[in-house]
Order: sequence, then structure tokens, then C-alpha cells
Amino acid sequence: MISYIARRVVLLPVVLLGLSFMIFLMMQFLSPTQRLTAFVSDPTKLRGEAPEALIEMYGLNDSLLVQYSRWLNNILHGNLGYSTTVSLPVTQAIATYFPATLELVLFSIVPVIFGGIMMGSLAACRHNRLIDHIVRILAITGWSLPTFVAGLLALAVFYGLLNWFPPGRVSTWALPIIHEMHRYTGIYTIDAILNGQFRLLLDVLRHLVAPVATVSFVSWALILRITRSSMLETLRQDYITTARSKGLTERTVVRRHARRNALIPVITASGLLMASMVGGQVVVETVFNYKGIGWWATQAATQFDFPAIIGFALFNAVMLVTVNLIVDILYVVADPRIRLS
Amino acid sequence: MTVLKKLLKNPLSLIGVVLLVAFVFVAALAPILAPPPRPTEPYRIPRSGFKIEPQAPSVEHPFGTTEGQYDIYYAMIWGTRTALRIGLIVTGISLLIGVTVGSLAAMSGGWLDEILMRVVDIFMAFPFIVAAMVLATLLGKGLDKAMIAMVTFGWMGYARLIRGDILAVREKEFVSAAQAIGARPFRILVRHILPNCIYPVFVQATMQIGSMVIWASTLSFLGVGAPEGYADWGQVISFSRNWIISSGPNPFEYWYTLVFPAGALVLFVLSWNLVGDALRDILDPRLRHGT
Repeated sequence: MISYIARRVVLLPVVLLGLSFMIFLMMQFLSPTQRLTAFVSDPTKLRGEAPEALIEMYGLNDSLLVQYSRWLNNILHGNLGYSTTVSLPVTQAIATYFPATLELVLFSIVPVIFGGIMMGSLAACRHNRLIDHIVRILAITGWSLPTFVAGLLALAVFYGLLNWFPPGRVSTWALPIIHEMHRYTGIYTIDAILNGQFRLLLDVLRHLVAPVATVSFVSWALILRITRSSMLETLRQDYITTARSKGLTERTVVRRHARRNALIPVITASGLLMASMVGGQVVVETVFNYKGIGWWATQAATQFDFPAIIGFALFNAVMLVTVNLIVDILYVVADPRIRLS
Repeated sequence: MTVLKKLLKNPLSLIGVVLLVAFVFVAALAPILAPPPRPTEPYRIPRSGFKIEPQAPSVEHPFGTTEGQYDIYYAMIWGTRTALRIGLIVTGISLLIGVTVGSLAAMSGGWLDEILMRVVDIFMAFPFIVAAMVLATLLGKGLDKAMIAMVTFGWMGYARLIRGDILAVREKEFVSAAQAIGARPFRILVRHILPNCIYPVFVQATMQIGSMVIWASTLSFLGVGAPEGYADWGQVISFSRNWIISSGPNPFEYWYTLVFPAGALVLFVLSWNLVGDALRDILDPRLRHGT
């Protein structure tokens, strides 16, 4: 197992190199003047320089490989250019907006994965009964409903009609409190607890409900379907019959014997889902005007803020590759058949 | 029993087929159902005036108008064409690229297989929507750019699927028999191997058509897909964002700006998903008997 993990960790830089080269190739669709922006982290130093001179200075007409190595060098030194939409260097913009996205993802994981597993196994145990049909309808609606439509509906009902859960990340009255308190993590719920600001904590949680509900509703379909079919298959195995004939209660059979084995494919799917969630927040954050990294990327995309878009792509690639690695390692740990082979 | 008969027997897939046929009819009859005022530019939604506030359904505008007085009914009818076009073209080209790459990898084996599959891994290392959004932005936005971006990051699943299936089929006796009588690799692939492993890929493609239309409308909603005023459901839905919450006494005063285009989109995706789901059950030999 250790050699497997070591091999994966050694391969990580190779994968990242491939990814960065692909992003670099995508950048070649831009003109040299547009690409120039990716090199400038401090726009105040630009005043008075002619673009041609700068293109020459940064060697944007050099050969592809020379340009790539220079660009990569820049990135490794943390220089990703300047995002005009939020008036911050890209690295700083990521540091500012990522905690918000992380907060949303962390709060979504629990209902998505555990809710999905609970409903999926419930449906399998009551195969073809009323609850199974309800769960299946829920899954197929969630699957066919685009995230932005689900989000708009949630907004219309929970904010427009009931006025329970407003959009945004915090209420306006809370902004000065956030500004003054010590921000340890940038994750407002944690910071609010650390600062003893419980009114703020409630406000942040209140703003999280609608986006988390939207993400859960559209993401349940995948986990639900996989858990359900995997459970159905497992429940038909001989060892389950043996367990039942030993006189175990149905509860024990399901919990201790069936579900544990049925969850193996679910782990893979959950990993993929979690990794894609960071990117998937683009839509939810835009709909709810929740200022995370996805919101920033949408703003950047509509305003031709290329350094931001490229920085966002790079950041997502690194995140996804890392999360995939962690999931694969967990997978090996969880399944003895893989561990031993 | 033929596939079509089975599709029509299951109530869920029957609903899917009926919906799908209805959408195809609407798309085909678009010039009659909603005659374009400018025949050269049928995808430009006509607008009556430039007032910002949406107008409720009336005789003149059966589904009302959205922000900027774009006619919602017209957008829905011609949007059906846009949706079908996006779904079929994006999925078709992705399928073609995926099957070509996957077959090449599986048939050649060795270092070429290794390289192609690592390229697939790298393309898959992005969340689809992020990759498509970034590429569409870098290409300069617009519906065609969004479609190129979706194809660029949409073919890998097919490549992996067909490669695995070919590797399994390649070892069968009938392939050895074909090799023994001197058939060339290309002929073996096209005449003997592909017909035996293409169905799962087709099922996958059917299910993907709905998803692709969702993603395209999402890109339009995010502002990197169809331009303002283009007959595309996602683009029309993006207008409703500012109007779903009304400050007036009735919170759902502008309901028609969301309900009609979103309803069309959801039904369209649902129909493909229902058909795809049923096709999978029908064509998958493991599910054919038993459950």
C-alpha cells in the first residue's frame, strides 16, 4: 500500500505539469496583448509603457516552449497577474474568496453524502414500495433540474415568498463586525465561534441554508442511485441470506453486513462529487450572490478578466488533483481487497 | 421484440418518447408556430420596446415578455431548435472524437495507448463546467464558442468506455477467426469489434444529450454562452434572475419569466433522461433478464 501511495505522490507533479501545459495552450487563443495581463500583478507600474514594448519585454512572441517555461516559473513564484474585476492580485483574490467556497462545500458534504446514503439504502430495503418510488422520483427530478433553475426556485420560495433565507453571505449589519473581528480562517462560521459572535454565526448559517439545500437537491441523484443499486445487488448475495438465517435482526443485517460492502462504489462517487463540487459552486454562488471563488470566476468571465480566469482554472486543477489523490488513498484504506493486491 | 416496442411499453420511457417527439415537432414547425419578423435572423428574439419591466402574458405575448421586452413564447419555440442543435451536435462530435481516440488506444496498445489515456486523464482533471467556462471565455464567448468548449471537454468519457469494451471484445474467438482469415485491423475494428461494443456508448450518449443542453444553458446563464437576445432557454432564464423576487405585494408577480423557459428546459432534459434510462435497461444484457 505504501508503494502505491508513494507512486501516486511522485506522479502528482507530472499530472500538474500536464495540466498547466493544457491551460497554457488554452491561453494561446488570446492575443499577445491579452496574454500580457497574466504577467502584471501590479497595474500601477504599467502607466506610460507601450504594449508593444511590454510584449517584447515579457517575450510574448518567443517560441511556445520558452514562453511556457517562463510562465510556469512565474506561477511557481506566486505571480498570477492582476484581477481587474476585484482589483486584487490573483493570488490574493483566491486567498480572499476560497474560504467562502470551502465553507459552502464543507456544509454541503454532510447532507449530500449522508443524506444520499440514507435515502439510497432506505429505498433499496423497501424495494418497489412507496418510499422507493418517492426516492426515485426525487433522484430523477434532481438529475433533470439544472442547478441554476433549482437555485432560482429556492430563492423565489425561501426569500421572495417566505423571506427566511436571504441571498449573499452575510447581512449588511454584520459587515462591520466581520471587518473588526480577527479573521482566523476566513470561514465565517468558525471565525464567529472563535470570536464569540453568536449573532453573526446565526446570520452566516441563515445565509448558508438555501445554497446548501440547492446543492444537496441536485447532487443527491448521483449518490442516491449508486447507493440504491449497490445495496440492491448486495442484499441479493448469499452471505446476506446466511446472516438472515442465523436469526439476525433485519436492522443488523442491513447495517453491519450489507451497507458496509455496498458503500465501496459510493466512496468513489463521493470523492468525484466532492472534487467537482468546488467547481460546481460556480453556479450556486452566482445565483445566490455568495461571494466565493466561483462568484469571482463568473464576474471575471463576463468582464474579460483573463488573469482571474486562468488563475481560477489553475487553482481548480490543483484542487481536483489533490482531492482525487486523497480519495484514492482513502479507497485503498477502506477496501482490503485493493489493499492486499 | 424491437427496442422501440419496448420503449413504448414502459410508461416512463413512453412519456420520454412522447415528450421528445413533441419537442422535435415544435423545432421543425418553428417558422409556422412563431414566424420570425426578420427571416434572415430567426434566432433573434423580437422585442416590443425597450422597457425594463417584464410584461404579463397577453394576447400579443402568450407567455409574456421578459426583461427588455423579449417575447418569451418566441424564445421558447426557437429555443427548442437551439437546444436540439446543441444537444445533437455537441454529443455527436464528442462521440466521434471519443470513439476514434478510444479505438485507436485499444487497437494499438503499447506506448500510444499509454499516452492517449494519460491525455484523457488530464482532460478529465477539470470539473466539466469550470473547463468549459474557462475555454469559452478564452475563445471569446458566444454559443459556438461554448459548444466548442463543451466538445473539447466532453469526449473523454466515450473514449474510456469504448476502449474498455474493445479490450474485452478483442480477446473473443470471432476476432481471432477474422484475423486468421487475413482481415486487416481496420476492417476487424469496424466490422467485427465495434458493432459488438457500441451500444453502451450510444446509451451513454443519449443520457448525455440532456446534460449537454443543461450545461449549455448554464454557460449562457453565466454569461459566456448565447448572447443577449438569442433564442436560448438558459439565456432567457438569466433575465428572470432580477425579477423572481418582486418588491410588490405579490412575490411571484413575474413568475412567467422563469416558469415557461425553465419548464421547457427541464422537460427537454427529462425526456432524454427517461429515454436513456430505459435504453440502458433494454440494451444492457445483464439487466435484460431477471430484475
